[in-house]
Amino acid sequence: MTDLNLSDAEKSYIVDGVKLGIRVDGRGRLDYRQLEIETGVVSTANGSARVRLDRTDVLVTVKMEIERPLPDQPENGRIHFFVNCSANATPEFEGRGGDDLATSLSAMMERVYSSPHTLDRSKLCVVKGKHVRGLYIDIEILECGGNLFDAISLGVKTALWATKMPKLYVTGEDGGELEFSVSDNPHDIDRIDVSNAPILITHLRITENLTVVDPTPEEECCGPVRVVVSVTPQGFITATQQFGSGTFNPQTLTASLKSARDLGQKIHNRLLRKLQQEEQMSDRQMQEFCGRHMDQIPGIRLRKVVILPGVQPVGLAHVKGHI
Amino acid sequence: MEIQLACELPRVQNMVHVQGSAKPRLVTPGEVIYQDTSFMRGHGTYMEEGVQVASVAGYVTRVNRLITVTPLRQVYQGAVGDTIVGRITQVQTNRWKVDVNSRLDAELRLSNIQLPGGEQRRSNLEDERGMRGLLREGDLVCVEVQKISDDGLLRLAARSIKYGKLSQGTLLAVSPSLIVQDKQRMHDLPCGARVVFGANGYVYITPTVPQEQASTYTVNFEEVPVDIRKTIGRLRNCIKLLAIHSIMISPTSVTSAFDMSVEQEYEIKDLLKPDVMQDVAMATVQMLNE
Repeated sequence: MTDLNLSDAEKSYIVDGVKLGIRVDGRGRLDYRQLEIETGVVSTANGSARVRLDRTDVLVTVKMEIERPLPDQPENGRIHFFVNCSANATPEFEGRGGDDLATSLSAMMERVYSSPHTLDRSKLCVVKGKHVRGLYIDIEILECGGNLFDAISLGVKTALWATKMPKLYVTGEDGGELEFSVSDNPHDIDRIDVSNAPILITHLRITENLTVVDPTPEEECCGPVRVVVSVTPQGFITATQQFGSGTFNPQTLTASLKSARDLGQKIHNRLLRKLQQEEQMSDRQMQEFCGRHMDQIPGIRLRKVVILPGVQPVGLAHVKGHI
Repeated sequence: MEIQLACELPRVQNMVHVQGSAKPRLVTPGEVIYQDTSFMRGHGTYMEEGVQVASVAGYVTRVNRLITVTPLRQVYQGAVGDTIVGRITQVQTNRWKVDVNSRLDAELRLSNIQLPGGEQRRSNLEDERGMRGLLREGDLVCVEVQKISDDGLLRLAARSIKYGKLSQGTLLAVSPSLIVQDKQRMHDLPCGARVVFGANGYVYITPTVPQEQASTYTVNFEEVPVDIRKTIGRLRNCIKLLAIHSIMISPTSVTSAFDMSVEQEYEIKDLLKPDVMQDVAMATVQMLNE
């Protein structure tokens, strides 16, 4: 996605590697990089998650609002996606540069969650036909290191898992309009059922009939076309989309869909187990939004850490850029 | 796929211990170093209202009456004679613009390269028209810094046989402060690959090629066999983990990390995991300290 220019020699090295089954960093064609997840990073949101896939860094927050349902779906809650490509990620995202990418990402997420098999929106209903819960899911791309779709979908699923919505009680009626009271008790909450929430798996076609999963930015330059597949834990494929200028052999496409389904189910199981494990850890240390413990760096006294919403905090505790 | 919680990750520890002397004093920009005005001001400091203040983030070194602050990480400034690796960004009339991991793109003039054919001659109009045939946008080159102009623009040269276009391999970008000063930048490591440690932080790993080459501008597109690819992959992951743990990168440290990872029988892709990275890094530091 970034404007990386590779030499022909490097491209040929990468492509031959995929043919021989060993990628530049030693992974196989269907191997993922290390994934790090963390929930509860933004305390002002109903649910939040930060997902890191090597250099790709994504922050997802979920906020709940009460609103009117769509006229043709009086019983269903609403989900809104918004993707913001921060200028911190790469220089190309400065100004309006990241808008195209942001639109395609949010459009994909909306398609993925539009299927009734993914999220049961009727559970988000408060008063049929009048008031429903609306989930505003904001996705912030902090760093772009290849494979954005997968990272975003994992972040959204994790954030929805961590979302705690206060229970609503109807207290009375005042001239046709209902009155609500929102529960103050932090333990009196509703959770969202993410047992069917899908994740996206990207298959990048590098040569004639070989695809790789989880491409790095260098690999993304070598492959002209990729297919993004959305898989639920039950192995259901809810959406597929092809990006890039190129073609897919029907056999390659079928093989990609099959392997995406198998991979997706494995990832779902592992993700759920890890999220449950994190919930059990009641006294875990928060990494904070800076990404590094403040007491870890010897001798450096922090002058001032300014945290603005959506902007990386300024301070020496944050080490970014070159490794 | 490995999924880890952020709180489970091993914290990147401070591994490099300064032998003997006390812990270095770290300062941040704007911090007062010494109130005493009798000290001479070196690089990285400036005077403000009669006191000496640091201008960069780094550690304080004192030699007699001279105080300097050496920065921990810096953008590559350039030094005459450095061998660096750069990527061509633009092809202009009689020069190429090269990205060298610095503030500005450096300049490689047509008159400063060895023209194909071998013999020394002046470049003519045909050569100018055929520039893209030699080096295109995106190509990687190994060059030498010839001159630094006042505004910081680097003038590059590739006048001998060892410089020129780089063949198949993989590039890794690390901070230039981590590269050890060395006269020879291109090393044929005993594990079977050639590594070019560019002084600007661009490290290029390539399979060893025989010394005799017809021209430095033709790339060998022959398929690289699997065992060499494994070596290159392992080297790449080793250099990356050394950089993450802020260990100086030199042929010795890279070879130690490589041998250590082979000894512990880590698979190449296992070297991407944070706990394995920390293991190998600590073992390398121990090996280097002996």
